[in-house]
This record gives sequence, C-alpha cells and structure tokens, in this order.
Amino acid sequence: MPLHSLLDGYETVSAIPNMVFCETQDKGVGVTDIAVHSSAMESAGSCDRTRALNAFKLGDRAFYWTTRISAMLVLTLLGGIIISLVVGSWPAIVEFGSSFLTTQRWAPSAEPPVLGALSPVYGTILTSVIAMMIAIPAGIGIAIFLTELCPLWARPPIGMAIELLAGIPSIIYGMWGFFILGPILANTVQPFFIDLFEGVPILGSIFGGPPSYLSLFNASLILAIMVLPFITAISRDVFATVPPVLKEAAYGVGCTTWEVVRHVVLPYTRVGVIGGAMLALGRALGETMAVTFIIGNSFRISPSIFAPGTTISAAIASEFAESDGLHQSSLMLLGLLLFVLTFFVLAAARLMLLRLEKKAGK
Amino acid sequence: MNPIYASRRRRDFVVRTLCFVAAAFGVSWLGLILFTLFYNGLAGMSWQLFTQNTPPPGASEGGLLNALIGSIIMTVIGVGVGAPIGMFAGTYLAEYGKHDRLAPVIRFINDILLSAPSIIIGLFIYGAIVVPMGGFSALAGSLALAVIVIPVVVRTTEDMLNLVPNSLREAASALGLPRSLVIKRIAYRAARAGLITGVLLATARVAGETAPLLFTALSNQFFSLDLTNPVANLPVTINNFVQSPYAYWKQLAWSAALLITLAVLALNIGARLLGSERTAK
Repeated sequence: MPLHSLLDGYETVSAIPNMVFCETQDKGVGVTDIAVHSSAMESAGSCDRTRALNAFKLGDRAFYWTTRISAMLVLTLLGGIIISLVVGSWPAIVEFGSSFLTTQRWAPSAEPPVLGALSPVYGTILTSVIAMMIAIPAGIGIAIFLTELCPLWARPPIGMAIELLAGIPSIIYGMWGFFILGPILANTVQPFFIDLFEGVPILGSIFGGPPSYLSLFNASLILAIMVLPFITAISRDVFATVPPVLKEAAYGVGCTTWEVVRHVVLPYTRVGVIGGAMLALGRALGETMAVTFIIGNSFRISPSIFAPGTTISAAIASEFAESDGLHQSSLMLLGLLLFVLTFFVLAAARLMLLRLEKKAGK
Repeated sequence: MNPIYASRRRRDFVVRTLCFVAAAFGVSWLGLILFTLFYNGLAGMSWQLFTQNTPPPGASEGGLLNALIGSIIMTVIGVGVGAPIGMFAGTYLAEYGKHDRLAPVIRFINDILLSAPSIIIGLFIYGAIVVPMGGFSALAGSLALAVIVIPVVVRTTEDMLNLVPNSLREAASALGLPRSLVIKRIAYRAARAGLITGVLLATARVAGETAPLLFTALSNQFFSLDLTNPVANLPVTINNFVQSPYAYWKQLAWSAALLITLAVLALNIGARLLGSERTAK
C-alpha cells in the first residue's frame, strides 16, 4: 500500500466537519451513539434516529441505483453500437452478401452500384501490419532503454515526451503527414528503396515506383509513430513487474544487459508485451484521421506499398457524409467489419493482459 | 581478452546502441512535429483568429472564432454528459462490483470501448441520433464525444477508488456512516486528485477528436450557437481547410492545429502534474 494514499485518507477523515457525537442519555440508552449531523437530523430537531436512518437508507438506495444504472449503460452502449451498425448495413448485407468481401470494385455511382470491401480491408490490414513491424521493435527498444539503460535523471523527461506523442490528436498527425512527411518520404526514402530493389523479382514489385506523396507506406509510418507510445507504455509497465532479485541474480553471474533483457526480462513479461502490441494493433486498425489525408483514397489494389490505397476508416471518413442509399449502407457494413475486427483483436489483448495481472497476484 | 566474452560485449554494445537509437527516433518525432507546428502555426497567429469567423473560399482575411466557440461548447457538453456517467459507473465497479457477476463483464466491455475506433462511435451516433433527429447537429456531435469520454472516466475512476485503502472505508462504516456517504465523503475525497486527472485526460482525448464529428456535427461556415443544427468546430474545420486549394485556408488550418495541440498538451501535462503531486506527497 503506497504511503501517500494512507496519508491522504487520514487528512480526509479529520476534514469531515459534520460528524458529531450525540449523547443519548435522555433516552436511556446509556451508550454514546454516533450519528451524522445532516440536514435530516436538523429537521428532526434532536437525535431522531429512525427518521435519519430512513433518510440514509433512501439516499443509499438512490446512490446505489444511480451507479448501477450508469454501469449498465456501458453495456447498453456496446449493444447500441452493434445494433445500429447491423441495422444500418442491413440493405448492403441483403444486396451483396458474401461477395462484398471478395469484390475489389467500388463504384457507388454505377447502375446498379457495385461495392466491394476487398480493397479497404486489404489496405487496413497491410498498413497496420507494416506499422506494427516498425513500432514493435522501436517501442520495445525505447522501453528497454528507459528501464535498463537510461540514466535516472533522464527517465522522466524522455518518458513524458513519448507519452505526449500519444496525446497529440490524430488529425494533427494527418495534416503533418500530408504537408511535411509525405514530400520528404517521396523525395528520400521511397526513391532509395525503389532503386535498391529494382529488378529483384518479388521485392521489386513490392517496392515498385513511382514515388508518391500519398501512399500506403506513408500511412503505415504515421500509424507506427502513433502507436509507438502505447507499446512503450505497456512494455515499460510490465518490465517494472520483473522481480529485481531475478535481474540482480543474472547480473551477479556476469550477464550483460542484453543477456539479462533477452533471458530474464522478456521471457518473464512475454504475455504482457504481446498484449500491449495487440492493443496497439487494435488502435492502428481503426485509426482514421491520420490515415485519411495521406493514403490517397484509391480503391485499386496495387502490389507496391508506395502506391495509393485506402483503409476502411479512411473510406468511411471521406465518403460517408455525402453518401446515401446503398452506398451509405455499404459504408456502414465496412464499419461493422472494422468493429468486428478490432473487437477480436482488442478482446485478445485484454485477455492476455488480464492473465498477466492474475499472475502478478493482483 | 577471451573471444567469447568479447563477442558478448560486442553484442551487448550493439543492442544498447539500437535501444538508444529507438529512443532518439521516438523523441525526435515529437520534436519534429512540435517544431513544424510552431513554425507554421505561429506565422498565422494574430488577434484576427479570435475575433473573426472562418472566411469564405478564396478570401484572404478571417479567423477561427466560430470554430473555437463551437469546439469549446461541444467539448464542455460532451465531458459534462460523459464524465458523471463514467464516474458513477466506475464507482459501481470499484465499490459495489465485488459481488456482482456482471462487473467483470462490464469492466471488459469498457476496456474494449476504451480503444474502439472513434469513427465507429460516429457511425453509431449517426444511426442512433442524427437519422431520428432528421439532420446533423452540434448535439449529436457532443453526444459522440460523451460516448468517448465515458470509458476513459470509468477506467480512471475505478483505478483511483481501488487505491483508497479499505481501512478508511471500514473506519467510516464503524462510525455509522451509511455506504453512500462512505463513498461520497471518504473515498471520493481521498481519490480526488486522481478523479480530476481522469476527467482532464478525457477532455484532452476528445478536444482533438475529428472522426466522430465528421458526420454528426458536420461543420458550419458561420457563427451559430444553435445546438440542433451543425456548428463550426476546430477539428472538422482543419479537415476541410487542409484539403482545400486556398493558401489562406491552409494557413488557418496550421494555426488551428497549433491551438488544439497546445490545449491538448496543456491538459495532458496538467493532469500528469496533478497525478505526480499526489504521489510525491
């Protein structure tokens, strides 16, 4: 138990002004009763216990039910989200059925409209996977740096800087990527990779040109920067749960820092780190504004990661407000797909982290 | 030197360097983003921003007054609706939930809502509020923000109440305080700093939210305080201006972005200072 919360608490008790001791000798009880000098008591004049207790009982019940109904509201929210998504996407489900998932064409103004989710689903998964490939090593590296290597005085400011990255709204990342990062990448990183892999069979088409301001790769990099703080924060927390005696024993037999991390810290915290990474994946899958500006909103699947593409959330964000009928319903269906996808990823992440908490003996 | 030992030393050095590079990588993004924001945003800072409304296409003077006011109103309503509900729900989980089999389920669902994509919240509010009400409105936008606030506040409230030692509750109960007063007068006061931190963090989270507003509150070129109609707000204004061909609009987008970032970072830092003040005592 942290000492500060105890101290806090004691101050609180002494700070309660309206508790008074009330002698009830005149009623012949003969013991010192304690009651609360509330408005209910005042209206009763002297220590009228029954009325006061009834008022307490009523207040107690009212408070209990207020909190309970609020808690139930959280469940209702989830139910409401699922119901409104299913109702909204029902026309599209009836119209397209399972072919929705396998069609690449997205032509809302064709007659009749042809709408398929293949391209946004592909874009969503691809950008998230690339983002995780960048963010997981970097995030864990920062966590190791912060817990094992960094001098003590530098830990709070660096930790805070990383956490502030998580606080920056996603639209700021989006416009920053659109105005600043996109041009930089198109002039430096992209030509480098295109030249490097030119003529190589498979890699050549994955890193195929021409360079572009708006591309799946740019979106992935922005996503990686955005989810980095989540991975770092959770890794740092779970690294802190490693008993110091284990690390000290390893250092004691002459292990290097890397060997301690590799053979003691990481095995001990594996579940937590994976849980944190999946939580970050859940974020990356659903991230909207950062991606919408820089992905190019193209519904054509291209083998190159430097080509424009789209994601589920970018498609909804850029088209929903001006859509109607079957088009809107299809966008709702895309939303439903995204929700199901993130729900499973996040649920798996939470279950892993819960398991870790149980192990830590919470 | 023993060759095995030398190779272990070398490997250790390489990994240490990589970790250092990773940290530099992370911190330099923050530096780079803040630098460009200040560089481009400060260029457009003037009193005009706070005294004039958003300009029509192609105009070369105007401000962000209507968007600022609209954003503040919607954030205040969103937090005003969401924070009490979240606080009560968090109280239930921490104080009454021990013997309720539903409590773990609620906690789990809340954790998922906490990281659910905010654009889904927008779709939900569109289906649940915008369609029945017959049009986009600031009210719908505020409610979308409230839905995002609730899980954040539930989580922090529960965590903070769990930090309050049970001996305090037992002592209060032994003095004859009924349960609701134990919670309100003892637990809430002991956890006050933490509860405020939670609300501040939730405010910071929704202050820059854009995705759920795109098709709930929409935006508005003009000054409006009518909550049943679209009202201008900063995030959606940025969204519209960034993709426009007009240089002045882009300049305004940078200034708006700087304002939002400063507000959000100030809330975040304030919340953290409040939190650390409590632990330092």
